[in-house]
Amino acid sequence: MHSFGYRANALLTFATTILAIMCAMASVSDNFNSLSPTSEVQVLNINWFQKKPDGDDEVSLTLNISANLESLFTWNTKQVFVFLAAEYGTPKNVLNQVSLWDGIIPSKEHAKFSIHTTNKYRFIDQGSNLRGKNFNLTLHWHVMPKTGKMFADKIVMSGFRLPEAYR
Amino acid sequence: MKSLLLKHNRNISAAAGSTVKIVSILISPMDWQGQKLAEHLMQLLLVCFAVVAFITGYVLGSFQTMMLIYAAGVVLTSLLVVPNWPFFNRHSLNWLDPSEADKHPKPHPAISGPKKKTAKK
Repeated sequence: MHSFGYRANALLTFATTILAIMCAMASVSDNFNSLSPTSEVQVLNINWFQKKPDGDDEVSLTLNISANLESLFTWNTKQVFVFLAAEYGTPKNVLNQVSLWDGIIPSKEHAKFSIHTTNKYRFIDQGSNLRGKNFNLTLHWHVMPKTGKMFADKIVMSGFRLPEAYR
Repeated sequence: MKSLLLKHNRNISAAAGSTVKIVSILISPMDWQGQKLAEHLMQLLLVCFAVVAFITGYVLGSFQTMMLIYAAGVVLTSLLVVPNWPFFNRHSLNWLDPSEADKHPKPHPAISGPKKKTAKK
């Protein structure tokens, strides 16, 4: 600590180390958050259901997605990325997950929402297996922190079925 | 008019001169007790500000508050610890006066073996 430059360097290094420790503690504090998210999805309408020229099935849906993800937000949350996936099994693939809609929730004020929309991304199968198919609509979310570990979880909503014939 | 200008210039150079003096004092070396004080003060202040910042931020639910309090703490600590303030120099070491040193000549080290004849002072 004998010179100006030495003290300045020591101070900045120590300050940065302490900053890193504070950020780690902030991330650890996220584990103490009790989570209680809820969501509900309704398929309002099957707009059309066809077999494409290349042989794959495609369906267009109108959905009502409502959720309350306020409890996911902590002081260390930057944003929550949420997406809705249709999940089903086929002879070819044990599990298919097709993302139908996603969004970014920037703050707690926007975390309670109800959206009436057609699917943002196309629901296309690998093959022609969708007629009469039972599928789950699963709401996934990723809680993106300001510092530290990202948490991801989901809610599975089952009981959806596609029509037996093309429309 | 000319005398006013001359006075103005003299005042500016006087201010510049004293600024240089002050700055050169603040970047001069610090004595040993001062260094110890500076190091302890730095560690204590930074840790205290970090603790206060974290608790305040957590309770208020605001990450930004924590960052702002901590940043203010770092700036305050750097102003207090990095320049060589006078209170760091209260225990200066008194080096031996040269005239006093000459009265007590250094003892010559014993020469072992024949080896080279280099003049030893």
